[in-house]
Amino acid sequence: MSKPERDPYTGLMTTGHEWNGIKELMTPVPRPVKFFLATTILLSVLLWILYPTWPYGPNYTKGVLGVDQRTIVEENLSRSAALRMVWEEKFTATDMSELEADDGAMTFVRSHGARLFEDNCSACHGLDASGGPGFPSLTDDQWLWGGDADTILETLRVGINTSHDETRYAEMLAFGDQGILDSTERRALTTYVISLSRPDELTEQQTEGLPVGQELFLDNCSSCHGDDGGGILDVGAPNLTDDFWIYGGDAESIAATLRHGRIGVMPYWEDRLSEADRRLLTLYIRDLGPKPQ
Amino acid sequence: MISQLTRDERSSAMILCALLTLFGLALGIVGRDDVLGWHGALLAFAGLALLFVVMRGYYDPNPDPDRITKYYDDPTKVGVIVSMMWLVFATFVGDWVAWLLVYPELTFDAGWSSFGRLRPVHTTGVIFGFGGNALIATSFHVLQRTSRARLAGNLSPWVVLIGFNLFCLMAVTGYMLGITASKEYAEPEWYADIFLVVVWVTYFALYIRTLARRQEPHIYVANWYFLAFILVVAILHIVNNLAVPVSLAHAKSYSLFSGVQDAMTQWWYGHNAVAFFLTSGFLGMLYYYLPRRAGRPIFSYRMSIISFWGITFLYMWAGSHHLHYTALPHWVQTLGMTFSIVLVVPSWASAGNALLTLNGAWEKVRDDATLRFMFVAAVFYGLSTFEGSFMAIRPVNSLSHYTDWTVGHVHAGALGWVAMITFGAFYTLVPMLWNRERMYSSRLIEAHFWLALSGTVIYVFAMWNSGIVQGLMWRAYAEDGTLAYSFIDSLNEMIPYYFARAVGGFLFFLGGVIGLYNIWMTTRMPALEDPPVYDLPPVFETEPAE
Repeated sequence: MSKPERDPYTGLMTTGHEWNGIKELMTPVPRPVKFFLATTILLSVLLWILYPTWPYGPNYTKGVLGVDQRTIVEENLSRSAALRMVWEEKFTATDMSELEADDGAMTFVRSHGARLFEDNCSACHGLDASGGPGFPSLTDDQWLWGGDADTILETLRVGINTSHDETRYAEMLAFGDQGILDSTERRALTTYVISLSRPDELTEQQTEGLPVGQELFLDNCSSCHGDDGGGILDVGAPNLTDDFWIYGGDAESIAATLRHGRIGVMPYWEDRLSEADRRLLTLYIRDLGPKPQ
Repeated sequence: MISQLTRDERSSAMILCALLTLFGLALGIVGRDDVLGWHGALLAFAGLALLFVVMRGYYDPNPDPDRITKYYDDPTKVGVIVSMMWLVFATFVGDWVAWLLVYPELTFDAGWSSFGRLRPVHTTGVIFGFGGNALIATSFHVLQRTSRARLAGNLSPWVVLIGFNLFCLMAVTGYMLGITASKEYAEPEWYADIFLVVVWVTYFALYIRTLARRQEPHIYVANWYFLAFILVVAILHIVNNLAVPVSLAHAKSYSLFSGVQDAMTQWWYGHNAVAFFLTSGFLGMLYYYLPRRAGRPIFSYRMSIISFWGITFLYMWAGSHHLHYTALPHWVQTLGMTFSIVLVVPSWASAGNALLTLNGAWEKVRDDATLRFMFVAAVFYGLSTFEGSFMAIRPVNSLSHYTDWTVGHVHAGALGWVAMITFGAFYTLVPMLWNRERMYSSRLIEAHFWLALSGTVIYVFAMWNSGIVQGLMWRAYAEDGTLAYSFIDSLNEMIPYYFARAVGGFLFFLGGVIGLYNIWMTTRMPALEDPPVYDLPPVFETEPAE
């Protein structure tokens, strides 16, 4: 224990307590501290009066301003809806081909459509819509379900292999995993599928075995991909005779597709984007692709 | 370490190690089909290793009976070193995830190194690994000096220190294995949480029992803060982690709360973790090491009192400001906002009390990097508490929430306040602990200071910029009611700031490495024949009860 003493530097008294050499001064609480404490408390009381704050039993004080965050959100949404109405009506009511011919509309599509695409589609299809392993490119003229405006719009609405009631549905069977074809048969089929687009790559021996592969193809694949392997848009079966591949066109990838199957998903957007937005996206996507000459 | 324990205590230690091993084995066997098994193995292995250490020293001669007339500093020594090791590890991981945001491919295609797993490794490593060990180590040191009493136990400090570090190890390894309770800053699962409760209650009991032995009539303010930290963290930890495991054999559990109640409980916890772990505990540190180093009395005893009760009372209400503009009822948001606004006053009173204590010692602040660390810490404490109250105002929060501004704010607090005060405290403490005249190199302290300060400033400025840019881009609408920017537009704008942040983080990490080296080399310096006397010895008015 020590007695209160005068600090030589400040001239103030200490409390008289000491802990291992540490002392404390009896400085009164400075006035700014008291002032700001009073100010902030008064400000708080004011805010309590103005805004919803204190709960009591079954309810809470609503505040004299009558503000509620739910009504604010609703107001904001309706204000935004009024702004959007100007163009949404036009894009919902006008025929798609008419819009495509309208330079003013397409300028809007290229700016707002780009942001819609970046926020909603680019995670899978890429920023430039060129796709990637497992996700088709949207910039070419190859389509699984068709590339006309109404078909794309429908694909956007219901998605592919989704939980939507009217979803587009397509599944490449897992011919290996489900025991439909053995490995020899799958190897013959792989060779045959390669021959549809790149016959030059095959060895002489492989070319000789093609009739076996062709027979297997007709038995197992043609119902979806067509007798000539050209694909059938109605069932979302891709063309196997071109050089566009979603899951890769090399022998290894084709063999993996045959063995394990494919069931790619494209989400449906009916619940997340308005019809006007989906139409905008459709026009944006078609605008990316090759233009008819 | 073992030589400081009596034969009886060594036996007790062996029993505890054996219990830990058995608990680990049980967990490992029950959870062998789950990731839980790994943590069982970890605990069993740790128990065996500790058992081996105790057994090796078991037949050493009994310690000097005079030991009870001295302070018990071995746990503090270990805590300081371990804390600095956690710092180096956790800031390394932090800088890694910072670079990940610039170069996303730096995960090397592995699950454990993905951003979502490494980020909690960083936050847990810094907050609990570095901060927690620093608090445990310094609280033991401060408690004994300001009470003039030895720790009330020779074994329980080790239970606290080792148990706490095992918890931290389970936490960070768990994240990399994919275990998480999905609660920010409370990610460890139920078994690790229960383990920590045992450790923490031991800590609380040890603290109270030592305080009860004190030979000073009054409890020094640093101890109020340490005690608030220990007590409130126990309450927060237990309530927020109430959960039902899917089975005793699985790591996964489900929170007892759901929906908005869960969110409110989580942020009541989250904000008070900032308050009582990262503020209260470190204020305890400040109130001891700053006046010691400055050689000045505390500016105002009365300011200490109103700040302590202001902080303790007001923080409890503020958590809801983390949930502005959410499903949380509007009235809870207004309440949280107003209490957050008042909170700035006791926070600034604390910072002011620290800065005004330096009156009469400013030439030391200029010359002594150690004291300068503590000065800068008090400044950053003031800055970040003001910023925090500001960001808690609803309209401000509508701009700042979910942006990097929050990240910048947190790092102004964690780097500028928590870490700086710890460095200042450690550089004051280490020569005292090892009976050296000074640290190994004052030039390295100087280098550490400038690296830490420049790293923090670069970091915080980068995040202010990126946060405000993000906030403005996200809320920008065109005249036709459509969004002006896509999310990826805002992300592309972040690249230069993310780059700057990662550079700032690297500087801070480098400072930490230098700090660890400097502290380690100080412990290796030859012992002095006539060591300086830093402390008044413990007082025994009556025969000590042992």
